[in-house]
Amino acid sequence: MTNQLYFDKTHEMIRKALRDFVNKEINPHVEAWEKQKIAPLHDLFKKMGDLGFLGIRFDPKYGGQGLDYWHDLVFAEEMGNIDAAGISMAITVQTHMATPAIAQFGSEYLKETYLSKAISGEMVSAIAITEPGAGSDVSALATTAVKQGDHYLLNGSKTYITNGTQADFLTLLARTSDDPGYHSFSLFVVPTDLPGFSVSRKLDKLGMHASDTAELFFDDMRIPAENLIGKEGEGFIYQMGQFQHERFVTLPLVYVSSKRIIDMTLEHLRSRIVFGKPLIKRQVLRHRLADWLTEIECLKSLTYHIINMKMAGLDVTKEVSMGKLVAGRLGHKVADGCLQMYGGLGYMAEMPISRAFRDSRLISIGGGADEVMEEIIARMEGF
Amino acid sequence: MDVLVLLKQVPSTESIIEIAGDGVSIKTDDLKWVINPYDELAVEEALRLREAHGGTVTILTVGREKAAEAIRTALAMGADKGVLVSDPVLEGCDPLCTAKVLAAAAKEIPFDLIIAGQRAVDDDAYMVGSAVAEALGIPSITMVIKEEISENRIQCQKTIDGGVAVVEAPLPALITTQRGLNEPRYASLPGIMKAKKKPLDSKTLADLGLDPQTFTAFKMKIVALNPPPERKGGQVVEGETAQEKARELVRILHEEAKVF
Ligand SMILES: Cc1cc2nc3c(=O)[nH]c(=O)nc-3n(C[C@H](O)[C@H](O)[C@H](O)COP(=O)(O)OP(=O)(O)OC[C@H]3O[C@@H](n4cnc5c(N)ncnc54)[C@H](O)[C@@H]3O)c2cc1C
Repeated sequence: MTNQLYFDKTHEMIRKALRDFVNKEINPHVEAWEKQKIAPLHDLFKKMGDLGFLGIRFDPKYGGQGLDYWHDLVFAEEMGNIDAAGISMAITVQTHMATPAIAQFGSEYLKETYLSKAISGEMVSAIAITEPGAGSDVSALATTAVKQGDHYLLNGSKTYITNGTQADFLTLLARTSDDPGYHSFSLFVVPTDLPGFSVSRKLDKLGMHASDTAELFFDDMRIPAENLIGKEGEGFIYQMGQFQHERFVTLPLVYVSSKRIIDMTLEHLRSRIVFGKPLIKRQVLRHRLADWLTEIECLKSLTYHIINMKMAGLDVTKEVSMGKLVAGRLGHKVADGCLQMYGGLGYMAEMPISRAFRDSRLISIGGGADEVMEEIIARMEGF
Repeated sequence: MDVLVLLKQVPSTESIIEIAGDGVSIKTDDLKWVINPYDELAVEEALRLREAHGGTVTILTVGREKAAEAIRTALAMGADKGVLVSDPVLEGCDPLCTAKVLAAAAKEIPFDLIIAGQRAVDDDAYMVGSAVAEALGIPSITMVIKEEISENRIQCQKTIDGGVAVVEAPLPALITTQRGLNEPRYASLPGIMKAKKKPLDSKTLADLGLDPQTFTAFKMKIVALNPPPERKGGQVVEGETAQEKARELVRILHEEAKVF
């Protein structure tokens, strides 16, 4: 009942609506989507958009719900109940990774044309930052957008792009000047139906099988100048802000899904008899689970603290970086440790714990690796 | 077309039901409460009728104050208003008593059609819908899987043992739902936000002009609650060959399970 300290009846109704949807419209399909190595995002997002799930915080003018960060947290927590992290990732790309910068800095035109369609689920979006030569060091990116009258000429490539094979538009960071420093980049909305765009490869991955990941190629692609988000030269700064939403959303996804993994493992430990008694009787395993539950609670408390900070309008970069760092390690540790408790059974590909293990490895890499989080924390602490 | 939906809040079918220490009630602390699934079909059908013919959808519930949550959920699905009749004296009353109260409340609400669940999944009494129709003196059609309304008549397909019957009645009438009638919609986020502002009237028996004293006679006394017998573990049939195993299986069925 501690939930009542933070959430009221409306939050709980929203939570229940989301959970119903996940249990009936998503979880029964994840096995098939994992096998197909892609999910029908147009279909899924339309259903979610119709129910108002994809624009919790966004302005009602563009079809959003205009609700606050606590409501947004309820959404993110419930996405943690999806049985395949590849799907929660695909969804949160749409809600927390590719759209916040458009909502915050985009023109009326961009918000009406793209943001509103992302919120309604009529369009699938992707965030295109990483390149073969630029991952952790975003400023090393080499894709160029050269202004030519009423358009920008886009050339280059992006890789590891989630939703990349089915996206209708990309929120893309490109170099718009050769000058050194952080003011040489701009953020664009890039529609994928323009000439010059191609999906060069759909990538095969260790985990996150239900999510499609693509390598994209831009060859003299003419992007209308009005598709520039905000001001030219400010894209890097905008993206660093947008990353805060992307990183933040991993926190609830991890503490909810890790708790689910532990609950599932408990069932196994209660029924598996080894050396004459159920595994759950072994103190060493019980303590390990207790340790993880403790860390999950810590991550959750940090998340709630971050929400309070966001509500007060404070800068959360340091706390979000800390949370992302903890989440990456914790998610992976719990999945790995629980797999161990399943023994050989856990190693079988079709077991949910096996999938959780594969999927959880990404959190410490994607959206800024652990070491990048540590750099940010160190810098913000002044050393 | 004004539709009145009779709705009950019940423990979620996914809840684990445990008998309380007194042996005659269930533990309610950790229960999740939901709209009775058959009543969810009723809400959905009412909303579809409103979409097709216009009018209003009103939700009527007899229950504890907590049942307001279930009404709010129906309002979030799209219903227009709710009425909750709560009275301590109704605690532990039988289904006929519930029907009496519902009928009294229904008299104060204009309706062309009442839709109720065929039964509530908690006590499985199957009585309330028909009893309300009886008390109001209107026709009732139970177990409906399809309905069509034209010129003040309702025609329904209802399941019967081994088949489907087509039954017609003049409006106003009451129908009860059967699985297959529709697929209830989800509460949408805008729906949830709007539901907060929709009217939900709370009434007592006195408000309905009913004398609480007369209801004490309807109290049900539960003598004992017992969980269903626990399922026993399976048995592996021993044998070297398929023939041997089959022979052993037949022997077990005959001598131990005594099925023939
Ligand atoms: C499944 C998947 C989905 C993805 N989806 C997207 C997407 O939708 N959009 C997008 O733009 N990108 C996406 N990415 C890319 C992801 O953001 C990058 O992989 C990530 O930022 C790391 O970049 P990199 O792979 O180039 O690693 P590198 O930058 O080459 O780094 C390699 C490793 O070096 C270490 N390292 C890096 N910097 C430092 C440092 N300063 N000090 C010490 N060690 C350091 C880290 O351990 C890091 O993991 C996705 C990646 C994957 C795997």
